[in-house]
Amino acid sequence: MSAPSPAGGTERDAPPLSRLRSKHLLSAADLNAEEIVLLLDTAEAMQEIGTRRIKKVPALRGKTVVNLFLEPSTRTRTSFEIAEKRLSADTLNIAGSASSLVKGETLADMARTLEAMAPDLLVVRHAYSGACDLLARICDARVVNAGDGMHEHPTQALLDAFTIRAHKGSIAGLKVAIVGDLLHSRVLRSNILLLRALGADVWLCGPSTLMLPGSDRFGVHATTAIDEAVADADVVMLLRVQFERMHGGFFPSVREYFEMFGITAERLRRARPDAIVMHPGPMNRGVEIASDVADGPDSVILEQVANGVAIRMAVLYLLAGVEADEVEP
Amino acid sequence: MIPDPCVLKAARLVDPGQGVDGECDLRIVDGRIAAVGRDLPLEGATPIALPRDLVVCPGFIDMHVHLREPGQEHKETIASGAASAVAGGFAAVACMPNTTPVNDHAGVTEEIVRKAAAAGLARVYPIGAATVGSEGQRLTEIRELRAAGCVAVSDDGHPIADALVMRRALEYVSMFDMPVINHCEDPSLKGDGVVHEGYRAAALGLRGIPGAAEVVMVERDVTLSELAGGAVHVAHMSARGSLRAVRSGKERDIAVTCEVTPHHFILTDDELEYDTNFKMNPPLRAGEDRTAMLEGLADGSIDAIATDHAPHHADEKALEFDRAPFGVIGLETAVPLALDRLVHRGVVALPRLVELLARNPARILRVEGGTLAPGSVADLTILAPDAATEVAASRFRSKGRNTPFDGWRLRGAVAATVIAGRPVYVNEAVAGAEVLGAAS
Repeated sequence: MSAPSPAGGTERDAPPLSRLRSKHLLSAADLNAEEIVLLLDTAEAMQEIGTRRIKKVPALRGKTVVNLFLEPSTRTRTSFEIAEKRLSADTLNIAGSASSLVKGETLADMARTLEAMAPDLLVVRHAYSGACDLLARICDARVVNAGDGMHEHPTQALLDAFTIRAHKGSIAGLKVAIVGDLLHSRVLRSNILLLRALGADVWLCGPSTLMLPGSDRFGVHATTAIDEAVADADVVMLLRVQFERMHGGFFPSVREYFEMFGITAERLRRARPDAIVMHPGPMNRGVEIASDVADGPDSVILEQVANGVAIRMAVLYLLAGVEADEVEP
Repeated sequence: MIPDPCVLKAARLVDPGQGVDGECDLRIVDGRIAAVGRDLPLEGATPIALPRDLVVCPGFIDMHVHLREPGQEHKETIASGAASAVAGGFAAVACMPNTTPVNDHAGVTEEIVRKAAAAGLARVYPIGAATVGSEGQRLTEIRELRAAGCVAVSDDGHPIADALVMRRALEYVSMFDMPVINHCEDPSLKGDGVVHEGYRAAALGLRGIPGAAEVVMVERDVTLSELAGGAVHVAHMSARGSLRAVRSGKERDIAVTCEVTPHHFILTDDELEYDTNFKMNPPLRAGEDRTAMLEGLADGSIDAIATDHAPHHADEKALEFDRAPFGVIGLETAVPLALDRLVHRGVVALPRLVELLARNPARILRVEGGTLAPGSVADLTILAPDAATEVAASRFRSKGRNTPFDGWRLRGAVAATVIAGRPVYVNEAVAGAEVLGAAS
């Protein structure tokens, strides 16, 4: 199979790259701008596969992918699984409650056990930051971070960039306002890296108690004033308030949070008229976002979910697809 | 083995306790210093001339180590910890009470003293728990701990969080002329934090511990020491605000002292990745904090360098960063690190380093040593300040391998460690150290 070519419609120089430099995808920082564009272009081609009558190509035939989801996840796990099946990989799912970790086995030992069965790819979701790095140090298999603690969620940031590009044509120079629980969000950390690499002007907004420490060193603007963040924004991205990661009162009540930071139709009027509204899900309606905005014409939230499959196909393919094999002995 | 009596002839002896820094002889009789001076007459003693590039100092004392015995012998034992100490140039160590069971009664103290004597290497001074079970509520029987050999009390690993308990502890120890050593960290501000709160913590998605968690308790303890009259010693100080509080206490003649670890005056949170050998409590702080520690070492406001030697088994450190235990080892790296990073870089001169590693720890713990004045024990740390050390964790005598300094190349080495006139460690890699004979 030849490499998928960028789908038509956009005028972009064809990247000379055909694969990723890094063995793993642990962080959005593993990708440079050229690689990000390659991934987004590849995802466009992958999207077409999803429209076919038979939604399957043999790009990962004979490859074994283990989905190691040690923290509950519905959309990301499902999205990866569909992506793997469309690429004809052999997949195996291991969930936290069914794993030997509940019997007291360490992650390192579990990884060594899996490694003995020689998988090609590990797709990992874990409650602790850095768990994917730990696995990558132990395993020969390539590791894809599907969300580790409060650290990163690079495929989410890629699908967000893909969605933005589909609407705006390009990402350079766009004002992207990211609003919500900044402190606990892995989606935020990956998005900052990715959007900055592509030249976006990134604004963070949330309560002072949930601000990212050292945010001045991330190359972003940070404000607690929602109107300032949203003003003339091209993209308004909401982050879920992660009640499950909050130990201690970061804000007094959901009511007050919504009044100060919730995105309503009225607030959205300060953004550019063609602004899009994004949310990585799952949403807390009436906390981060008013229902009429979530379901309104500017919302691209369900598109994000749909794009997730294509992005994950692109990631898996570019990491472990047949073309990558050609350079192996 | 060196003969006793002997006259040890040093091209350079550094003993700030006597104001000595230069060529000097030591007469050692029955494991004690009988005389100090230039060109001492032999009077029947055997002369031993040390190579010119070695420096004789009073035996170094690490006033903050974890020897893990009883109860956690898979991490370290008193014997392996004592062997590690002498290999690192420490003639004595003070061991924290967070063993299993906690060293909160004389029975545990006696066992530690007995095992240390059996090991026959470094002197081991137990530190008793300040409160029963180190639970921070009821004071231990401090008089009895003292009688069994404890030189201080501490709940190290756990802060004494309740201000009234701390007040009572400080009042009570004032009867025994011993300090309360506190791990200063406000538990509510620490929360679930695992690294210093700042940019690196945010980028790695790890929960942060602000420097203020330490500073508020140091400020409190300085104030309580003034109220209660007892001496407080701040363990492993890491934040610049804590140093400010200690300085302010000293200016007011409050009985406060403090120590800093090599990792806190060398590393910062900029170095953080997911390597659990960089996970310790207090965490590696910001560059400004590290700079403040260097200033405090240079200007005298920091009293001691201690390692907070905290061995853990490799399996425990191989967990996810959040789940791995806090702590790094330090006994076999501290002296070369201090020579390289403090002496050779001009932060402190050797006499000041000897104050930090020998004289002041002896003074704070009220133990013998710390000087080589006539009548003192003949505990010596002999340095090769210009010899090369390459840190190799795999060759440590400690059971622990959890060091952030593995592979570092340093200028400065320990040539030998002598306890009561007996060489207990001789570094084969240092030319000329063999004049002391084999370690025994």
